[in-house]
Amino acid sequence: MTRNGLFGAGLGVVVAGMVGLAFASVPLYRMFCAATGYNGTPQIGPQAPTAESTHSITIAMNADTSPQLPWAFAPEASHVTMKLGEEQLAFYDGKNLSDHTITGHALYNVTPDVVGRYFHKTECFCFTSQTLGAGEKVQFPVTFWVDPAILDDPDTKNIHTITLSYTFFPSLEEAAKVGALAKAGPHTGNTGIPRVLEPGATGG
Amino acid sequence: MSATTHDHAHDDHHGHAPGFVHRWLFSTNHKDIGTLYLIFAICAGIVGGILSIIMRAQLAAPGNHLITTGQSWNTLVTAHGLIMIFFTVMPAMIGGFGNWFVPLMIGAPDMAFPRLNNISFWLLVPAFMLVMAGLLTGDGAGSGWTLYTPLSAQQDISMDYTLFALHLAGISSLLGAINFITTIFNMRTPGMTLHKMPLFVWSMLVTAFLLLLAIPVLAGAITMLITDRNFGTSFFDPKGGGDPLLFQHLFWFFGHPEVYIMILPGFGMISHIISTFSKKPVFGYLGMAYAMVAIGVVGFVVWAHHMFVSGISVDTRAYFMAATMIIAVPTGIKIFSWIATMWGGSIDMNVPMLWAVGFIFLFTVGGVTGVVLSNAGIDQILHNSYYVVAHFHYVLSLGAVFSIFAGFYYWIGKMSGHQYPETLGKIHFWVTFIGVNLTFFPMHFLGLNGMPRRYPDYPNAFAGWNGVASFGSYIGGLSVLIFLVVLFKTFTSKVKLADNYWGEGATTLEWTVSSPPPFHTFEELPRVR
Ligand code: HEM
Ligand SMILES: [Cu+2]
Repeated sequence: MTRNGLFGAGLGVVVAGMVGLAFASVPLYRMFCAATGYNGTPQIGPQAPTAESTHSITIAMNADTSPQLPWAFAPEASHVTMKLGEEQLAFYDGKNLSDHTITGHALYNVTPDVVGRYFHKTECFCFTSQTLGAGEKVQFPVTFWVDPAILDDPDTKNIHTITLSYTFFPSLEEAAKVGALAKAGPHTGNTGIPRVLEPGATGG
Repeated sequence: MSATTHDHAHDDHHGHAPGFVHRWLFSTNHKDIGTLYLIFAICAGIVGGILSIIMRAQLAAPGNHLITTGQSWNTLVTAHGLIMIFFTVMPAMIGGFGNWFVPLMIGAPDMAFPRLNNISFWLLVPAFMLVMAGLLTGDGAGSGWTLYTPLSAQQDISMDYTLFALHLAGISSLLGAINFITTIFNMRTPGMTLHKMPLFVWSMLVTAFLLLLAIPVLAGAITMLITDRNFGTSFFDPKGGGDPLLFQHLFWFFGHPEVYIMILPGFGMISHIISTFSKKPVFGYLGMAYAMVAIGVVGFVVWAHHMFVSGISVDTRAYFMAATMIIAVPTGIKIFSWIATMWGGSIDMNVPMLWAVGFIFLFTVGGVTGVVLSNAGIDQILHNSYYVVAHFHYVLSLGAVFSIFAGFYYWIGKMSGHQYPETLGKIHFWVTFIGVNLTFFPMHFLGLNGMPRRYPDYPNAFAGWNGVASFGSYIGGLSVLIFLVVLFKTFTSKVKLADNYWGEGATTLEWTVSSPPPFHTFEELPRVR
């Protein structure tokens, strides 16, 4: 190849590399959020709290439902006050208001965004997709605890209330079934719902 | 380096007078392609300008119903922004002046890849047609030039036209960038070291690198958007676990460098013009060159100043705020060096210099409001207000466009061999100056008073300044008509122009060849001491 040709080809490789980086940013961004609690991403994992603290904190429960999902979805209690480091069980009520079976999937975060890295979810209905038959009513459980280290962080030590928020969406398959999304074959692209416990247990 | 460039220079020997089709459709000559780009940019600029005057007519008074639906308003905003950015400013500066003058200024016989150059230009034509399809078909693509999802995910097929248009325009820019970088690194004439290279060439080199690193990220992001829209993926769709915020990050990783892509070539042109008409070499040459490099580098790590209200944490905002403010330092170096170049010079205030001085003034206003916006706290209020619209129009419609006109008047004699009309050029300048300032200065007040951008209507309280802005835009429209008369008078002028019609101040290599230059220049490489 000529000198110019080599040079041009090298620059072409740079372009391909940047396109690759753009796509790589999708998993990298997800890993970054999971690792740092960025954007209010809670910590996910089975590990139980180690030490209980005398400080308590209030968890406000929020629930939203996508207009495309004919479900009633609400927390059983609007808030709960608990000790730092204490594991807490809470319930959400869900009811399928339609006359057919629907699969939904809840997305979640916590606010203020900065507490993501101290908020641990050990079990949650949001880790997998949920299927409700026509008119079926269920209680969705979630267990969580807040790391006492929240008191040592100048950004978070003055936070007394954490809002735990869910939004229930129809799962992608469900949306495709009713034609809300293109019918161009199976849903590929994303590896599924992020931030789930076992890969494979996704609704996406 | 560079005595080896002969072998690629003539891969296209179609003699000195190719036929019309061969010369213009299959053109591989950097000057002809530059001319095509300039003609294209003028046409696209007129289309984009008409759209903006329609928008200002709608906003001239509260309760207007020129535009009947919010969606059609959004499509106008989208098409105006995309046309001005991708089809007017970039083709004029990079494709037009870049193609014409980078090879001439470095003493190269042509661009490194003449055929690629032809493809770059001709990709823009279908791209432009697709953007127009996005505007005119179906409901129209109404996402704004920022293409934010989920809004862009909900549009009809016209959005796909627009996204594909950006793919084509992006490929065109990337091929151009590869061409410029290769040309500048490999084809400089003997003696033309990097540190002797004219500042316009430096500006094109930095611009080409910004394109090379930024455009592929846009391409990736819009590809994901296209598959999200059409093939059921969920890169940005929360239903499938995607995050719409990721799109914003990707877009602005491209978007902020993009705004510098639109101004850096202007910086280069202004440096030459100021120096020519002050009859002094530019003050602080190396500082000027490396200021552009610094702007380019830092420009890649400030993107989230467009996302201060997207929920990013306080620490993140503090970082992006500080990084953004740092860009004002190299920018300030450039402004002060231009002023220092003029200082004590014997200044000729003819038309190109008028535009250049106008550029410095207006660009500085835009730079100052940029620094105001970079304060994360203040931006909580000003974000998405007309203050932002005022800011970016001062740096773009007034800054970048003024530099394009400065370059036009500076070089049109060289490019065409025809003399522009001096008095009419001055009238053109003053009418434009008054028009754009009347249009955009009041937007600062509107924004500070809380008028949000991207709405087709507003409360009565904002009527006064909106009326002024709309009136200003009509004057701006008039200035475009004056420009067309200038074009006509220029091309019908019979005045013979010397090789170097600006005299002692103009020192770069393009002034050593005739006006207009012969079809092939520098087949014998000039030697730079
Ligand atoms: C001193 C240098 C500059 C600083 C500190 C600066 C800062 C900013 C900030 C903070 C914003 C975001 C405002 C918001 O959306 O709330 C912004 C928007 C913008 N700036 Fe600048 N800027 C500078 C120079 C420039 C230049 C040179 C250009 C282009 C030639 C430019 C073009 C834009 C555009 C197009 C937007 C709006 C994008 C949109 O939301 O559609 N800026 N600038
Ligand atoms: Cu920016």
